[in-house]
Amino acid sequence: MKHAMPPAQFALEIHGLVKRFDRPAVDGLDLNVRSGEFYALLGPNGAGKTTTLRLIVGLLRPDAGTIRVAKIDALADPVEAKRVMAWISDEPMIYDKLTPQEYLAFVAGLWGIDPAIAERRAAELLDWLDLVAHAHERCEGFSKGMRQKVALAGALIHEPRLIILDEPLTGLDAGSARQVKSVLRERVRAGGTVIMTTHILEVAERMADRIGVIAQGKLIAEGTLEELRLKAGKVTGVADSASLEDTFLALVAEQSAAA
Amino acid sequence: MTSQPGTAVWFARHESRLAWRDWLAMMTAGRRRRLSRVVIAIAVFVIFMHFVAYWMVGRYADATADKATLVAISATVLLSWLLMISQAMESTTRAFYSRSDLDLILASPVAVEKLFAVRIGTVALATAMMAIPLAAPFINVLVALGGWRWLGAYGLIVAMGAAATGLAIGLTVALFSFIGPKRTRLVAQVVAAVIGAAFVIGLQVAAILSYGTLSRVSVLQSEAVLALAPDAGSIFWWPARAALGDGMALVGVLALSLALLAAAIAIVSPRFGEYAVAASGAGSSCVSPARRPAAFRATSPRRALRGKEWTLLRRDPWLVSQALMQMLYLIPPAVLLWRGFDDGHGAYQLLVPVLVMAAGQLAGGLAWLAISGEDAPDLVASAPVPPSFIVRAKIEAVLGVIAMIFAPLVVVLAIASPWHALVASCGIVIAAAAATSIQLWFRSQATRSQFRRRHVSSRMATFAEAFSSIGWAAAAAVAAADLWLAIAPALLALTVVTGAWFMSPRRHDA
Repeated sequence: MKHAMPPAQFALEIHGLVKRFDRPAVDGLDLNVRSGEFYALLGPNGAGKTTTLRLIVGLLRPDAGTIRVAKIDALADPVEAKRVMAWISDEPMIYDKLTPQEYLAFVAGLWGIDPAIAERRAAELLDWLDLVAHAHERCEGFSKGMRQKVALAGALIHEPRLIILDEPLTGLDAGSARQVKSVLRERVRAGGTVIMTTHILEVAERMADRIGVIAQGKLIAEGTLEELRLKAGKVTGVADSASLEDTFLALVAEQSAAA
Repeated sequence: MTSQPGTAVWFARHESRLAWRDWLAMMTAGRRRRLSRVVIAIAVFVIFMHFVAYWMVGRYADATADKATLVAISATVLLSWLLMISQAMESTTRAFYSRSDLDLILASPVAVEKLFAVRIGTVALATAMMAIPLAAPFINVLVALGGWRWLGAYGLIVAMGAAATGLAIGLTVALFSFIGPKRTRLVAQVVAAVIGAAFVIGLQVAAILSYGTLSRVSVLQSEAVLALAPDAGSIFWWPARAALGDGMALVGVLALSLALLAAAIAIVSPRFGEYAVAASGAGSSCVSPARRPAAFRATSPRRALRGKEWTLLRRDPWLVSQALMQMLYLIPPAVLLWRGFDDGHGAYQLLVPVLVMAAGQLAGGLAWLAISGEDAPDLVASAPVPPSFIVRAKIEAVLGVIAMIFAPLVVVLAIASPWHALVASCGIVIAAAAATSIQLWFRSQATRSQFRRRHVSSRMATFAEAFSSIGWAAAAAVAAADLWLAIAPALLALTVVTGAWFMSPRRHDA
């Protein structure tokens, strides 16, 4: 776990973000994620995590607020913002009738990647994710883990500066989960930024540089695990050595009580 | 009253409850409050259909079992039966390959052959029940005007449903044995489409070759056919006699059909689980190394999107069978075109609206798949291209397929009659564009596997698409004879399209 991050430009800056459906799903959210950071977004069900991510990626339009991705105003210039981002949802959406190789070629075409570069990257990614043997099989018979790996390869083929993942490890076996985590860690090491929601708190604890806790559409706490423990300890009396699970539950309970 | 769990009756209740809820959801698009409106709409439709039936068959209520009548009724029965076999094959294939509850059933400690027997019975019942609403107005009119004897026709439909299902199961299982579960899915769907279309098309082609028209009746009532037909006392006419109220013939047809269904159930039910398990392992298919396409090519996002759409269309067995069906229906006009090459313009006038109508219908289906049936909407929406760009690429993909299918026919037509080719081209482009636009305005997020139920999501779009295609076909038909007279049907078609725009959700979003 890293402590003090060197001052760097932000990969993502969100201010006053609001999105209402029947009720406010995201309610005046402020969030900054530094370049080269692995940021985990935690929160109970219905807290607004997925809505926040979908707003960032441009799949939803906010009612108010600003979103800047690598200094690009994502609301004014969504196409340029999308060029540097990749999105993976919890339910991997790929084409059953395409092979992984064809899927990657299609994604490379959408992002306008030079075919020679795309082919080389595809080979690397397929190798990295143990998909080489299945590269020319249609995805219709793939398990969820394999589909998630194909989706991840698609997300990485254009070397995005910001990777946004919604519960990417849900339903994966231990081996596949490890591969995904390793790939994400490697991307961060190479200077990329990862924002990920997860309900598996050990993953956040082990992998994230910083953790944000969101509840009722608001960011209620943010920082390293130590900083979160400190905050939770001050507010709720959680011990300094408490696990992330205890810390998270204490923070959410405090927010619920305050509401 | 409750039944013992695990018994055939218990399974039958379970199946009928699922079927009822499925039907209800389909009719009301998931909104129960619509039920009263649906009931009223059905009632109005049924009354209207009785008037249509009176107009069409009222004069035949006193028909006797002479050879000409037997030929006409038998042909109608055979046509309906082929369509029922097609429907039953569709349902059987779905029962083998759709996994929604098979894992649960196969993992449970019950005697699954009972459930599969019930499920096959349900297919038979559903096949008959789909035909009854269509046939009922005609039978009712004949009963009202010609007496109770015509009620035998209802019994005949039940027999036809049972026999069609027995045969369909036999065909599907035979395909399993001969070509394996992997290929059966595609082949069964194609066979179902071909069976459904073959009889009509065969008769039309025969009629064209003999008489130069698209009418089936001219062939069936010809002296040649009547002379070749068996004697009036032959067993061959039992189904027709059953429809005419011959009790013995009805009992015979029912007994044979139910025996066929019972045999299919007895043979297939115990092995249904094996077939289902084999089918579940047939999902993955490899592309052989020699046929691997060069996936990475210099391309633009628009070309990538078009290429993806075309690849997915090409690889979808259901779509292949649907497209084949559309293509099969183009065979009679093609034969007409070939026959009419030296005969002047009469034949071409008939050909133009058929082409326009087919183009509109095909474009509607393809547009739904490309625009609404996107399996990876998040991926496409998160790509660095404007949404309008994505839509344009998908429309190009649809129109590209239409052009590929219809261009050869138009080219041949142009050699024979440039004017008719010009009218047909304009009609094809306009009908396809109108159907595509309607799908665009009424688009909703869905997966391609929901294609079969696409009509449920928006009946407005379905009706608008159908009436638009009919309107443009009518306009093309009139334009082929007199350009100025075509303004009226064209305006009507335009009104349908404009009305669709005004009622579409996109207009309200805009």
